[in-house]
Amino acid sequence: MKCRVCRGPAVIDVRRQNANYCRDHFLRMCRDQVAKAIDEFDMLHPGERVLVAVSGGKDSLACWHLLRELGYDADGFVIGLGIGEYSDASTAYARTFAEERGLTLHYCNLRDEHGFDVPTAAKATKRVPCSACGLSKRHLFDAAAREHGYDVVATGHNLDDEAAVLFGNVLRWQTEYLGRQLPVLPGGNGFPRKIKPLVRLGEREMAAYCVLTGIDYIVEECPMAAGNKHLGYKEALNAIEAQSPGSKLDFYFGFLKRASARFEGESGGEPVTLQPCERCGSPTPAAVCAFCKLSERSADCEPVALRERR
Amino acid sequence: MKVVLRNPRRELEVAGPISVVALLNRLELNRESVLVIQGDELVPGDAMLDDNGTIEIRPVISGGC
Repeated sequence: MKCRVCRGPAVIDVRRQNANYCRDHFLRMCRDQVAKAIDEFDMLHPGERVLVAVSGGKDSLACWHLLRELGYDADGFVIGLGIGEYSDASTAYARTFAEERGLTLHYCNLRDEHGFDVPTAAKATKRVPCSACGLSKRHLFDAAAREHGYDVVATGHNLDDEAAVLFGNVLRWQTEYLGRQLPVLPGGNGFPRKIKPLVRLGEREMAAYCVLTGIDYIVEECPMAAGNKHLGYKEALNAIEAQSPGSKLDFYFGFLKRASARFEGESGGEPVTLQPCERCGSPTPAAVCAFCKLSERSADCEPVALRERR
Repeated sequence: MKVVLRNPRRELEVAGPISVVALLNRLELNRESVLVIQGDELVPGDAMLDDNGTIEIRPVISGGC
């Protein structure tokens, strides 16, 4: 295999581009794709401060690294979600990444600061753990951005993530979600703008980016995500991609170009008036925000102990 | 050669020489879903793996949503 740019020995193939790359030109391609996404979707403006939602996994650490490489003022925020050893290990990867590079990493421990953890919240609400986890992360990232003065929250959602979510939403025609499945969600009313700078890159490329730049990340899967629908959608899409490279990119970007605008009116309904949550002060349409309700329900539940990993 | 698989972690012995693509086919793994790593280096799909050494086949799919 030869690099498409310099004809030197290649280290990775990117089949949807029908291209192979050496290390240096692969890393440049990744930077170029992130810069293109930021420009194409008007994600960031000069002087804005970015808070990267960090998990300790490949995507969020690569996202943080790429934004810094491109010269953006980007700090990190990691949450101790209380998912046993997995949370301890993933937080440690985030800390090591920040310490080795002299970067600012904000931290919040869900149990210490809010009295519950994800496994306990899942039991208390009788819903899948990813539901409580996602709600908590969205709330805490927004709150941290407000508290520390960040304009934008960046997440490590990549092309595979977005294609899989789109696939699931289309399968069930969840039009209210299709209307807001965009690489940028505007800010305002106390919420930071949300951006997904990795939407032009697949997760295989993100793992390769980490290996090639020496970023150590947690490879193990979240024990609470095992067997979830999202993973099944990714496997189905990868089976299609293996037969027809470029399918995931065409699916997602074709949706953005040709279809997403048709669902714009489906997501919001009537405009809602936001007011400060009685408990935490976060903007919410109700008297008490969803996160504080989750916290209250979970506080009455006996903490759930996870089995130790072998 | 020793082949280390992850999630869950397990090890296999595979006789070489064998190409990366042939190895992944034999293990019924989708190339889109894994990286092949030797030491700290990526191993490209057309590389031949000999009998010696250890390679890691690392899954790249993560399930957070």
